[in-house]
Amino acid sequence: MTGDVAVLGVGMHPWGKWGRRFVEYGVAAARAALADAGIGWQEVDSVVGASTVRGGYPGYVAGATFAQALGWQGARVASVYAACASGAQALDTARARILSGLAEVVLVVGADAAPKGFFRPAGGDRPDDPDWLRFRVLGATNPTYFGLYARRRMALYGDTPEDFAQVKVKNAALGALNPNARYRKRVTAEQVAASAVVADPLRLLDICATSDGGAAVVLAGMEFARRHGIAEPVRIRAVSTVSPRYPNTVLDLPDIATDSAAGAEPAPMPFRASIAHAAYEEAGIGPEDLSLAEVYDLSTALELQWYEDLGLCAEAEAGKLLREGATTLGGRIPVNASGGLASFGEAVPAQAIAQVCELTWQLRGEAGDRQVAGARVGITANQGLFGHGSSVVAVR
Amino acid sequence: MSRTRTPVVAGWFTGEGEGFRLLGTRCSACASVFFPREDAFCRNPGCAGGELAEVPLSPRGRVWSYTDSRYRPPSPYVSDPELSWEPYALIAVELESERLVVLGQAVPGITVADLAIGMEVEAVPGVLHEDEETTWTTWQWRPTGATA
Repeated sequence: MTGDVAVLGVGMHPWGKWGRRFVEYGVAAARAALADAGIGWQEVDSVVGASTVRGGYPGYVAGATFAQALGWQGARVASVYAACASGAQALDTARARILSGLAEVVLVVGADAAPKGFFRPAGGDRPDDPDWLRFRVLGATNPTYFGLYARRRMALYGDTPEDFAQVKVKNAALGALNPNARYRKRVTAEQVAASAVVADPLRLLDICATSDGGAAVVLAGMEFARRHGIAEPVRIRAVSTVSPRYPNTVLDLPDIATDSAAGAEPAPMPFRASIAHAAYEEAGIGPEDLSLAEVYDLSTALELQWYEDLGLCAEAEAGKLLREGATTLGGRIPVNASGGLASFGEAVPAQAIAQVCELTWQLRGEAGDRQVAGARVGITANQGLFGHGSSVVAVR
Repeated sequence: MSRTRTPVVAGWFTGEGEGFRLLGTRCSACASVFFPREDAFCRNPGCAGGELAEVPLSPRGRVWSYTDSRYRPPSPYVSDPELSWEPYALIAVELESERLVVLGQAVPGITVADLAIGMEVEAVPGVLHEDEETTWTTWQWRPTGATA
């Protein structure tokens, strides 16, 4: 059993398309998190940056980039990359330093400046790179994979485009209440249905945008938090960064094919479910203990998939859970009270950190109009391409 | 002027017409199949590691799921920006004996309206794009019931 670490402070730079360097968003988020924590930058003894592939070299060495921008003060730095799961891996690295006694106060920062349109691979001819190959050979953008998953849910579980649209309607209504969200207008099911198809059966308003944004968290040991005068901090109780088990039989970005099950039987639990399972095991809780969840709704249909993978309902019943209103504010288990990616768009290395910012505000009772009443336990869930699990459990 | 026919990726498929096959590799120790081909090492963690031999994949499989690309994909996908974008379908196909799912473009003319999960499709040779010297070839999936 691992120990808890304290969340001393959280901060974000609002999501949007601001046209500035990712460093600026990260620094703004870091300063907000330090102010929220009541911690001076000089007191931070380690910085972990979630890297971005879009900022050139400074993006790859994000930890050092943010430390330099905040003013070199000698802190140890680390930079981690795990695609969409980069933020969770940064938190995991920070937590490991604290629990091992190597650091007392760690600043975790992720930020991105996203291009217009589809994400695309880095330039050059790289026939050994699966991410390059899927674009070169198939033109398979991220939304086409979301479309494959959505269509399969429709065929297997009876989900409908109207169900998918209701996820957007729910998340847009919640995002309208969140000052850090990029999209703050409510959306109707008719507007979703009238938006252009991008990757059948998904329409523009079913698919998350790509955004600029930054998020930061200040973590510390429980003893430090007490000395700092915070007797009951929000605590991180689990960080799951598990990878798949061979054979991974669900087609996953950026792959052109799955593993073969001809030489080994698949594990009973598919990858996405195993991500949450590891978090539950580490935290010693189950889905019945949750007050809320923040999940990676790259598409509306994927949000439904996460309901099942988190065990909020049985397989095939996510649509029913949504239609019952269980996953909106006031329901049994609100999902994406922040408004989710539907309202934020994706700022890749910042996103998993932003999920933890939301849990923190909710668990403190500081989430304003989108507050989940009496929130005590929250989970985040996310999956980074190339086999990266990401799930964080926070408690108060 | 004749163009050279060149596979978009070397060693992933072979043959023409009825003889067309996707090519993978199979581990001699555990029988795991790899596509895209894995020539260096077996990735089954329970396998001590055998020889990886080239193996043609089953020519037919069943639709696992499908979608399409209504907008022009970015580079390195090659398309003529002078021409209006023509969407194409993408099909993920489950091969029964290899127990894996392979993604591919549908043959031209097949749209999502023609497809259903579980439908039988076959791998056929196709053209990805052409430039001045080269016809870049690929694999495509075609419903076995289609006459196109």
